[in-house]
Amino acid sequence: MTEKNTWVLACGADEIDAEDVVRFDYGDRTFSVYRTVDNEYYATDGYCTHERVHLADGLVMGHLIECPKHNGRFDYTTGRAKRKPVCVDLQTYQVKVEGGNVYIAL
Amino acid sequence: MGAQSGKRDYSLTGLEGKRAEERGLVSAQWYTTSIPRQRMKELMKRKDGPAIRDTLIWFGLLIGFGALAVWSWGTWWSVPIFAIYGILYATPGDSRWHECGHGTAFKTAWMNEAVYQIASFMVFRSATPWRWSHSRHHSDTYIVGRDPEILTERPPIWKIIAMQLFHLYGGPVELKRFLLHSFGRIEQHESQYIPVSEYRKTFWEARVYMLILVGTVAASFYVGSLLPMMLVVLPTFYGNALVLLFGMTQHLGLFDDVLDHRLNSRTMYLNPVLRFLYWNMNYHIEHHMFPMVPYHALPALHQEMKGDTPVPSPGLFAALREVIDALLKQRNDPSYTIVRPLPDTARPYMAGLPENPYVRSKINKYMKAG
Ligand code: FES
Repeated sequence: MTEKNTWVLACGADEIDAEDVVRFDYGDRTFSVYRTVDNEYYATDGYCTHERVHLADGLVMGHLIECPKHNGRFDYTTGRAKRKPVCVDLQTYQVKVEGGNVYIAL
Repeated sequence: MGAQSGKRDYSLTGLEGKRAEERGLVSAQWYTTSIPRQRMKELMKRKDGPAIRDTLIWFGLLIGFGALAVWSWGTWWSVPIFAIYGILYATPGDSRWHECGHGTAFKTAWMNEAVYQIASFMVFRSATPWRWSHSRHHSDTYIVGRDPEILTERPPIWKIIAMQLFHLYGGPVELKRFLLHSFGRIEQHESQYIPVSEYRKTFWEARVYMLILVGTVAASFYVGSLLPMMLVVLPTFYGNALVLLFGMTQHLGLFDDVLDHRLNSRTMYLNPVLRFLYWNMNYHIEHHMFPMVPYHALPALHQEMKGDTPVPSPGLFAALREVIDALLKQRNDPSYTIVRPLPDTARPYMAGLPENPYVRSKINKYMKAG
């Protein structure tokens, strides 16, 4: 995280089920915020890199998010594209949980 | 209903693609029925059990009927036995290709991939190019100039439909592509939806297909009988009828150039045997709206959605009757479109989507005429 980054409150930690994802909109940007079964939190860009489809409607399986449109997959912990038709990696963001809230570094 | 002016260009490289883009129809947002997230998560849940069971039954039936077919070779018994073998080869070949291509049939990724590769060869669809073609079909379903999987144009080309009863149109086209791919080349229209990074894989898959094809033909020559080809290559032709009939029910006669799958896709009820062969793709509106839901959960998804979708066709014959009637009408009036009324509980067509003047005027025009 560089000095320019600021921590932005995304949601309450309990607002995301274990092994699930929620959408977080900030200004004209949109993100997907994830919670693993081990209660770790991650954040990525909201839209799939294949087409403009929001990943928060997708399915979380372990560390993978499957896109709801063409079943492309990403590892949301690294942003790596894991299944075609996605070929381009996803931007990830640093996350911290404080006082029961999830913050992402923008 | 006013006739459409002139014949449209269904190719992916013509003007219609550009027109679709100008009309806001490309990779656009589609209507979805609202389903609570918790329920959606249950429906999307992946399992290995149903697909392993169904795959074992499928391969078991193929081996059983294949053995009977060999035993009956040279007698009249071979006619009905090969007919059943052909249907068991091509119809689940097509539906397994489809579901495993989406990656939803099995929970375990390599199982999806293995069945996808086998089924792709069985139905003569190059695995990698068709994966991309099918993605485009889901992005731009029945958008003219964009969707490479439109079964027939308006007005319909009956000759192609008749030939497809025995895969005599698509089969040779795919064979030509296998050959082209195995020499490291692709067709111009394929370059519209296959990324360059996937070419290498495409070429190697085609070489494997060609090896199996040549091997089977050589085996037939070696034993001096058509039997090896009757078991491996030819069923994709003589067993194709049901693949065509199922395929015809999916979208034909309904709207093109809209953004609501309730307008351009058809759900029909089928008996359990046909649903096994087709892997529940008769729930076609449901599949297009939520491709994340595996085939085994589609009946449950249908229950969830049926208050928001048109009443399904009661069976395969009823759906085909509707389709053929519409195609016959499109011969004289290519714009003829079936309008399926929504139940009172449904949200209106295109509800909640950004207004699209072209689609809106199209729906209004046909709704009034219908
Ligand atoms: S939009 Fe995500 S895989 Fe196509």
